[in-house]
Amino acid sequence: MSQLPDSTSDLSRRNLLRGAAAAGLLVIPATGLLSACATGGDDTPDTPAAGGEKSDKNPLGVKEDAQLEVVIFNGGYGEKYATDVHEPLYKKAFPNATIKHSSTQEISTILQPRFAAGDPPDFVNNSGTKLMDFGALVADQQLADLTPLWDAPSVDDPAKKVRDTVVAGTVEVGSFNGKPHVLYYVSTVFGLWYSGKLFKDKGWTVPDNWDAFLTLLGDIKKAGIIPYAYAGKNAPYYQYNVILTHAAKIGGADVLKNIDNLEDGAWKVDAVKQAAEAWGSLIGKGFMDKSHEGLIHTEVQLQQNQNKVALYPSGDWLEGEQAKTTPAGFEYTMATLPGLGSSDKMPAGTLRATAGEGYVVPAKGKNVQGGMEYMRQMLSKEGGRGFTEVVKAPTVVVGASEGYAFPPGVASSQKALASAGANVVNIFFDGWYKDLETEARVATNELMFGRINADQFCERLQKKADATKKDDAVTKFKR
Amino acid sequence: MRHGKYPFIIGFLAAPVALYAIFVVAPVIQAFQLSFTQWRGFAAPKWIGVDNYRTMFEDDKFWKALQHHAILLICLPLITIAISLFFAFLLNVGGRSRAGVMTGIWGSKFYRVVFFLPQVLAVAIIAVLFQTVYRPNETGLIDGVLMKLGLDPIFFLVDPNIALWSILGVLVWQAVGFYVVLFSAGMSSIPTDIYEAAAIDGATKFTLFFRITLPLLWNTLQVAWVYLGIAAFDCFALVNVLSIGNDGGPDGATTVLAVEIYRNMQTSKYGYASALGVALFFLTITFAALTLRVSRRENVEYS
Repeated sequence: MSQLPDSTSDLSRRNLLRGAAAAGLLVIPATGLLSACATGGDDTPDTPAAGGEKSDKNPLGVKEDAQLEVVIFNGGYGEKYATDVHEPLYKKAFPNATIKHSSTQEISTILQPRFAAGDPPDFVNNSGTKLMDFGALVADQQLADLTPLWDAPSVDDPAKKVRDTVVAGTVEVGSFNGKPHVLYYVSTVFGLWYSGKLFKDKGWTVPDNWDAFLTLLGDIKKAGIIPYAYAGKNAPYYQYNVILTHAAKIGGADVLKNIDNLEDGAWKVDAVKQAAEAWGSLIGKGFMDKSHEGLIHTEVQLQQNQNKVALYPSGDWLEGEQAKTTPAGFEYTMATLPGLGSSDKMPAGTLRATAGEGYVVPAKGKNVQGGMEYMRQMLSKEGGRGFTEVVKAPTVVVGASEGYAFPPGVASSQKALASAGANVVNIFFDGWYKDLETEARVATNELMFGRINADQFCERLQKKADATKKDDAVTKFKR
Repeated sequence: MRHGKYPFIIGFLAAPVALYAIFVVAPVIQAFQLSFTQWRGFAAPKWIGVDNYRTMFEDDKFWKALQHHAILLICLPLITIAISLFFAFLLNVGGRSRAGVMTGIWGSKFYRVVFFLPQVLAVAIIAVLFQTVYRPNETGLIDGVLMKLGLDPIFFLVDPNIALWSILGVLVWQAVGFYVVLFSAGMSSIPTDIYEAAAIDGATKFTLFFRITLPLLWNTLQVAWVYLGIAAFDCFALVNVLSIGNDGGPDGATTVLAVEIYRNMQTSKYGYASALGVALFFLTITFAALTLRVSRRENVEYS
């Protein structure tokens, strides 16, 4: 507050600061050295990992005694499936190999520096909110090409290639411009979720026709329940997923393909506009609650468990996620989206399904073959079955969960998937173009909570898609 | 003091300066470097000149963030300092004078603890707490009460028109405690005889405050203003936790530069994020320099 009385000393605050700043300047030349390590460099030679002898039991040519470093995202699925199922399978196939297992909830925090330094692990479960950007990993050639894996003979039937033992579309989902780089392992089905018990008690069914759907929402509202909800704070993508699936149903699967490929005017076609108009009309009719824009997904899902919300769009992880708060006899059930009218291009029962939970083999890992072999073991029937038994979710391995008694929700979504047959759509832009994805979230909230109309919604997203297309810094993908 | 002064200073400064150089100066310089590149975080950065800055000046979100900083920069220090000064005055000299000594109002020791309490909590905890305070349904602290009273809920963080003000409210709530303590310390260093003399001359509390407390606290106020101004350039944690979409929503209505930096890093645009960081660096430095210059005054020395 006051100057030191002994002002003959020039050890004043000002001089001290000045000295410190000067010292800081002196240090600057040394920082050239520091900066070299944080950004890594491309000067690390791409040493090809030493392989082993190829054989029938070892089609990928894994070095039998090489160490395999596995990093698992310890999130909703935990890490038990890796330590108790997949790693023992690998050890059984290669008894001399050692596995270095670790798990984290912050994948990018732990691994991004290791990638930048050219020292990544051999197998990574890249998932969670802190996942590394797949598009960036691919664009910077950090991920191994998984073609040898998909073309290798499968564990259970050497006459069949691995790619023929998984659900159709699995390889495609993890491909970038036709090159497979990511194994998406968990089969995921999207739809509208409700309490089977509540709907049975009230005599409600989810119809396929839009007008009948609106009538249902009206009935639900009269019963004092909020008919439709999603979490605006952190999960608006649940809702753009609905709008886009609906658009595909109206205008055919190409609507989504064009959006993913950033085709000119893809967001402004009638199908997207009609879907946006249909869903955007709910708030004005009082079928949604304004407060949900400020809530996170678990809060809205809890309200559904309390029968305060009737219909909720989500994927089939919902049942597992809510296991702790779901009352007994709630009976999660999934319905497919209603269509719009008689001129819909895709039939009732059309749904979005995809494979989720990404696994990758870093290209600069020391044991690339081992990483792919680990995937091959995951994709065996035993590997898939073991995963399903531990985490109660179906995998992309065909027939691996046969006869497994799923809880009612997943059972209903698996049934819907089976009856959808070939009428399955998917979107990819959300994983390819993060900026466009963010814009879609924002625009969806603006639309669904009544601040913009369907035209403005399409306009906004088209503008962002065009900007993405023009941006040279963004690596483009096609499907 | 003169004898062996420099070894003494160097001895004390070596370690902190080294730490500062490695963990502050070096990253800052690196950010400058990166701001001229396109870097996704894996392969080596690619030099692209001033492209990032050109993008920045065309970026709506950047201008929105600047606007929000301007609002926060004016409102946060003003409101916080006003409230803190008022409280500090009441706690220290607002009460009756006992045997000629000015004291705080009744229970001031207790209030001091109460005001300081938010300062003890980590920002993340405060943000999570306020999620509940602001939750726009019957389980929210404020809206729950409003709805019980039959009033309409207020959509604090949801309504684009009041979202930023809601976040400002949290910032003020959190900051007040610290500045009450800071100002209290400042006030207690003002000699009581000045107050006594003024009181004997018949000065009212109002006069005491504006004629004695405020001028003698000028240095402290200045520090507070700089601190709060710099705080207004941050706000990352609160916006990140509280805003819709956790990225300055709804639709950019609460975004700040730090959030934009984080968002761009998450989308692997480290070069562009660094350019935003450089902009933030210059804004903060300019602000601090300007404030110190503008508010320079004669120091009062009691001796």
